[in-house]
Amino acid sequence: MTVDFSETEKEILYQSVLDNKFPDEMGRYGPFGGRYIPETLVPAFSRLEAGVKKYLNDPQFIRAWQDELDGWVGRPTALTYAKRLSQKWDAEVWLKREDLAHTGAHKINNAIGQALLAKKLGAKQIIAETGAGQHGVASAAACARVGLPCRVYMGAVDIKRQAPNVDRMRQLGAEVCAVETGDQTLRAAIDEAMRNWVSDPSDIYYIIGSAVGPHPYPFLVREFQSVIGKEARKQILEQADGLPDAVFACVGGGSNAIGLFHPFLGDKEIELIGVEAGGHGSGLGQNAATLATGTPGVLQGAYTMILQNRDGQVQETHSVSAGLDYSGVGPEHAFLQCIGRVNYESATDTEALMALSELCMTEGILTALETAHAFAAAKKWATKNPGKRVLIGNSGRGDKDMLTLSEHMRG
Amino acid sequence: MSSAEKIESILKKINRNNETALVPFFTAGYPQLDSFASDLINISKVGDVVEIGVPFSDPMADGMTIQRSSHQALINGVSLKWIFDQIEAVSDQLQAPLVMMSYLNPLLAFGYEELAQRAKKVGIGGFIVPDLPLEESYELQSSLENMGLGLIQLITPATPIDRMVDLCAASKGFVYAVTMTGITGSDSGLATNLAKYLDQICGITDLPVCAGFGVRSAEDVKMIGRHAAGAIVGSALVEVMEREEDFVGFLERLR
Repeated sequence: MTVDFSETEKEILYQSVLDNKFPDEMGRYGPFGGRYIPETLVPAFSRLEAGVKKYLNDPQFIRAWQDELDGWVGRPTALTYAKRLSQKWDAEVWLKREDLAHTGAHKINNAIGQALLAKKLGAKQIIAETGAGQHGVASAAACARVGLPCRVYMGAVDIKRQAPNVDRMRQLGAEVCAVETGDQTLRAAIDEAMRNWVSDPSDIYYIIGSAVGPHPYPFLVREFQSVIGKEARKQILEQADGLPDAVFACVGGGSNAIGLFHPFLGDKEIELIGVEAGGHGSGLGQNAATLATGTPGVLQGAYTMILQNRDGQVQETHSVSAGLDYSGVGPEHAFLQCIGRVNYESATDTEALMALSELCMTEGILTALETAHAFAAAKKWATKNPGKRVLIGNSGRGDKDMLTLSEHMRG
Repeated sequence: MSSAEKIESILKKINRNNETALVPFFTAGYPQLDSFASDLINISKVGDVVEIGVPFSDPMADGMTIQRSSHQALINGVSLKWIFDQIEAVSDQLQAPLVMMSYLNPLLAFGYEELAQRAKKVGIGGFIVPDLPLEESYELQSSLENMGLGLIQLITPATPIDRMVDLCAASKGFVYAVTMTGITGSDSGLATNLAKYLDQICGITDLPVCAGFGVRSAEDVKMIGRHAAGAIVGSALVEVMEREEDFVGFLERLR
């Protein structure tokens, strides 16, 4: 499968994006995506796909989800003008405040949507994976809200660095399972959730937390997260009286980024920039910059860009932020990169920590370590492009990172 | 006769003698790297077809035993190229045809054309790819079939009957019947309506049907033998190997 396209081909593919041609009937975004799953899960995925088609086009279902977003999640979230940061950067900086959503991050938009869908599909048990713990907390809360039992798989490494979120999940009634296999982070947690699903595909519903995995998950998650970009586009037109020049979002699996970017894809003049974790170096294993340094392959059910060695073995990653610490990326991001519509950059651990601190001091917002990567890249861009209007997806709050931040403050 | 057809005819011949074919599975390079070639020779003396597992970093359909063996084999330095080299060095001493079980990504990284050529050269008759459903399998299947190798399809108790028909039609060498819903190495016993399930598959296809997932004892093999051509023994064998016990004896006692 070729992933190198000529300029003409890129233009044709971009036009197909605007015509809503992706994902196609095979669940593909150009060459990326698809559905690489064990035979045991094929019937479960057929049911899921049918359910997604039915309910995402059902005005009653969409209204029920929208009611939960308005009344329980607290949407729309604010669009904040970052006055002091704007002065400092010589830019006009706007923040889409997903940190103000219930449970403290964008993850809840998708979790409540999928929990409602699971209920419709007759699921008896919900499973979810989590890296930073935000999707685990969101899933636990959403399951409590709709009345379904929830089991969350979390890597043993992440359980240590995100301890407050583990307690929150348990408080919300979820069972948290430590995953001791593989790299003991997000990737191992997804593997384990998949294995568990294979053991009981008819009663279990798997709420995947990012825009990754086999079709239709990347599509489903994008649809639930696009509320971020739709609101932001409307708000910035009202509040700033115009569209932004550039939009930034951090990318691990890429759910908040695809949610923010998707409604802006047709605005050709707007630069869209996804920011991955540059960790502490450019070598294999030192970062999680999948789009910058990865190669195409199949991981966890989709053909996408992955960090792998020459033998096709997936490599471990490093990032200070658990939510970006992932060797794969959503297939739609891989596609948007190869047609040149979205640029992907990376920010290092140190740059992210500095950006986090700057935002705290200038705007009184403690952002998540994941989100801080987007601020680091936006600052660099603003320096090169003075006086421009910049929109940053402030995907989550940083309270969960206090343990890591305290360690860094103590040096 | 192509490599895939050879496997088919060997399995059928065993069945004509009223015996059950034994298909041992083990992970290449586990527990020891340097004993792989000799393990393979010894296992091929007892097994009728030998299934070699290619380790992968993200084995999402495997239980603890195969996960553990995969993980260790990768630490030991196993790669697909290494496995081919090892098999090639001893291919004239192998008494059973081989099939290979691998997740898709190591095969993609190797390149389908080169994979098919190399596999044919070392005597591998077919591939089992647990994360490659029929809908995505066309490219690999045609590369393999061009060289006379087969892509062996898996059927599970959750598979609807019309899909079973499609899977059987696409399979070459034999059809792999998963005996339970779940991951490899489960010890919850074979599915209760196993007989009906296996009879159903055998009614659909002329290919031999081999059943695996959870096969641990001579009784399991005997029961499967009443309804299918062969029994695949994976996790149970790997556990014996990792305890460094007499795995050839273990396999002989399954007969």
